[in-house]
Amino acid sequence: MSKKILINGKEHEFEENLTLIQALELTDIEVPRFCYHDKLSIAGNCRMCLVEVKGAPKPVASCHFSLSDLRPGPNGELPEVLTNTDQVHNARKGAMEFLLVNHPLDCPICDQGGECDLQDQALHYGINKSRYKENKRAVDNKNIGPLVKTTMTRCIHCTRCVRFTSEVAGTEELGAIHRGENMEITTYLEKGMSSELQGNIIDLCPVGALTSKPYEYHARPWELRKTESIDVMDGIGSNIRIDSKGSEVMRIMPRYNEDINEEWISDKTRFVWDGLKTQRIDTPYIRENGKLIAVSWDRALTLLTKLIKKTDPGRIGAIAGDMVSAEEMFLMKKLMEKIGSNKYDCRQDGSILGNQYGRSSYIFNPTIAGIENADAIVIIGSNPRMESPVLNARIRKRWLTGNLSVYVIGQEHDLTYNYTHIGDSPKSIDLKNIPLNDFKNIIWLLGDDVFLRDDGTDILSQVIDCAEKTGSIREDWNGVAVLHKYASRVAGLDLDFLPQDEKYNAQKMASSSEIELLFLLDADEVDAKNKYTVYIGSHGDRGATDADIVLPGACYTEKNGLYMNTEGRLQATNRAVFPPGDARDNWKIIVEISKRIRKSLNYINFEDVRAGLRKEYPIFTNINHIEKDNFQSLDRLSDKKKKLNSDVFSNTITDYYLTNSIARSSKVMGECSMQKNSIEIKNG
Amino acid sequence: MIENKKNNNSFSFTKENLLLAERELKKYPKGREGSAIISILWIAQRQNKGWLSSDIIDYIAKFLDLPQIRVMEIATFYTMFNLNPVGAHHFQICGTTPCMLSGSEKLKSLLREEIGEQNSVSKDNLSWVEVECLGACCNAPVIQINDDYYEDLAVTDLKNIIDDLRSKKEIKPGSYKDRLSSAPDNKNIKILTEDEIEEIAKNRTKPGLEGKNA
Repeated sequence: MSKKILINGKEHEFEENLTLIQALELTDIEVPRFCYHDKLSIAGNCRMCLVEVKGAPKPVASCHFSLSDLRPGPNGELPEVLTNTDQVHNARKGAMEFLLVNHPLDCPICDQGGECDLQDQALHYGINKSRYKENKRAVDNKNIGPLVKTTMTRCIHCTRCVRFTSEVAGTEELGAIHRGENMEITTYLEKGMSSELQGNIIDLCPVGALTSKPYEYHARPWELRKTESIDVMDGIGSNIRIDSKGSEVMRIMPRYNEDINEEWISDKTRFVWDGLKTQRIDTPYIRENGKLIAVSWDRALTLLTKLIKKTDPGRIGAIAGDMVSAEEMFLMKKLMEKIGSNKYDCRQDGSILGNQYGRSSYIFNPTIAGIENADAIVIIGSNPRMESPVLNARIRKRWLTGNLSVYVIGQEHDLTYNYTHIGDSPKSIDLKNIPLNDFKNIIWLLGDDVFLRDDGTDILSQVIDCAEKTGSIREDWNGVAVLHKYASRVAGLDLDFLPQDEKYNAQKMASSSEIELLFLLDADEVDAKNKYTVYIGSHGDRGATDADIVLPGACYTEKNGLYMNTEGRLQATNRAVFPPGDARDNWKIIVEISKRIRKSLNYINFEDVRAGLRKEYPIFTNINHIEKDNFQSLDRLSDKKKKLNSDVFSNTITDYYLTNSIARSSKVMGECSMQKNSIEIKNG
Repeated sequence: MIENKKNNNSFSFTKENLLLAERELKKYPKGREGSAIISILWIAQRQNKGWLSSDIIDYIAKFLDLPQIRVMEIATFYTMFNLNPVGAHHFQICGTTPCMLSGSEKLKSLLREEIGEQNSVSKDNLSWVEVECLGACCNAPVIQINDDYYEDLAVTDLKNIIDDLRSKKEIKPGSYKDRLSSAPDNKNIKILTEDEIEEIAKNRTKPGLEGKNA
């Protein structure tokens, strides 16, 4: 039902189910607010969004006044809302005065200064002096963990943080205790927060009560250079903004993208930035007498050239890590082809998921935003809360709206929503076990870890089978969803960065003595033995420690690169800062190696590389586009005789905070991991 | 920090209280049992000699399947829940305007002298706290001791009450001015004859006080 109303004398028409503040926003009228947030429930306690409604005895809070409650005038006139009258201004001024009564005047030492809602709105609605002569109230700061710093005296009790933790994050940890003037926001007995999304309360806090602990006193918002980029900590490619000052990344903030991360990012995405500065490889190293020594680029590359020339091309392999861009994998593949080897793999965890069954068999077909249209989700061998907290929040969001059935096959975890546990092993993937008769849009969510099993393909086949039988693969809905944990995996599969023969997959290449020279492109999770290893990457982690030649590369904040997220959506990172010391862009390193071995790849600049990539793989052309595809050779896959074994599903993420080399270098992530472990030990 | 002390022994409902609590739960639809929290907290507080320890918060959170912080929010919001131990006789003295005008300040200083500071338990197991309006303004000043109201208190009355409690004597609830609830006290009562009532009625042209002078 639509409804006509007058706003400041002009006639507008809106859907009746809107609130006044939403309608005003649609007409581009700015309404000041503290407690209202469009992704959270309505609290209506800050009283900043007051507007005048003709006929109402006093100003109404536009955030919780429904359009359907507006009444016509006595002679049938249209209901009228006024936002620019003196009454409105004075009412807001009054609300602001109350909010400022107990708010300290410590803006000069407050981290929120410069990006503070209270500061900004006080400019319009604040009065220039205080009429409050009594003592201001002071509140003890709460220690709620290593990520969020609290200065509770600044709190204006909007309860956005409380609503976020209980609604979006699904961990009811924050609350408001006591009442009236004594109200305080805290966790129960000041326990540390456990949510993987807690960093978002920093963004939500309209004042400086909750600020980032690692970023404390580091920079002012106006000093920061802001670069829009994407995150590579997990497979969904959350949109981020990298704030840098000089040559350092100062913080990472979320960027709004309704299709992927809405406006949330996980803690690993947000707080990993201190790992970008520690354990960095800033100069080439070679191993001499068992020790890594720093050398010049020239010496390292000369040695590498010699090694390549000396080695039989068939005995050279390459493994790409989890955070490399599509261009780098493309170049690495080109280099290997020039050398004359086809032994390369982008699946360092040993996954058997290939691309032979078509793109739809390895992407998250229903899309992340599509979760909101699902009415049943079957989670198989995955713990989405650890593998992708933001996607998990999306499932919870859908679950909160009701009529969503979630079934889990695999380990049981606290997923922040209720589910029915069907079984532990692939044997349970059977329509007899899962009551799916009444559902239209079913998502079959397969975890990455499923493909670490020998029967991974059989499970995929069985799932596609079930999906077809339940009608979840249709023209308008494809319910088979693979949730990747790693940012580079889908691009790697698209690029066919896979060995011709499963004999030469990443794990086997690393352990077999058949491979004599192994390139590790930012690959830290493999254990290479009895061979020369060349590590091209950014952090002195597992890969570099065991390598014979270490070539310093750039990490995701320091390079432009294309990434495919788990939906198969193409996104690009942008360079925010330059790599430290002598480190170079990875693409430059690979091109340089190709020149040294006199098999030049003929790319002069980065645009060349990207154009070359797009020419050969047009799928990497349209940013933010998902290339739809079918299951190729689906018949073959579903006809295949299935050998599902009864081993229980296991989850490989043992520590959410330490899943890659950047996170392992981060002190903050280490602290989070320690806190989490200590909580787990305490709870047994 | 929340001043919520730990009990030494862990808490669980007694048999009778469990029955009471379950009766409360039944008042709410399935899945909304958390709504019974105030009654449940109250039952627990009565069982635990008038206060809620953190064990009780934990126990009730589990009992109602609520997060602990939600229970804590309720327990701290309502002044009827004590998060610190109270005495066997807990005085809640009203300090709001009518009681204050009728002398609650004097009563408070007596309590401070006799029992000690607010929220502390004296050696003879008494405690007191100032509360907002108890809703018995016409009998000001008022003190609630455990479940009963003691009204129209003079300082000497309160002193006697405390002394009686100390010597384990019964104390009398209600007005200390010999009033029947909030009826006028005896010396101001004048019983009119029927003629007098008729006289007054005749002189009144308008209702209320206005008619009196007409």
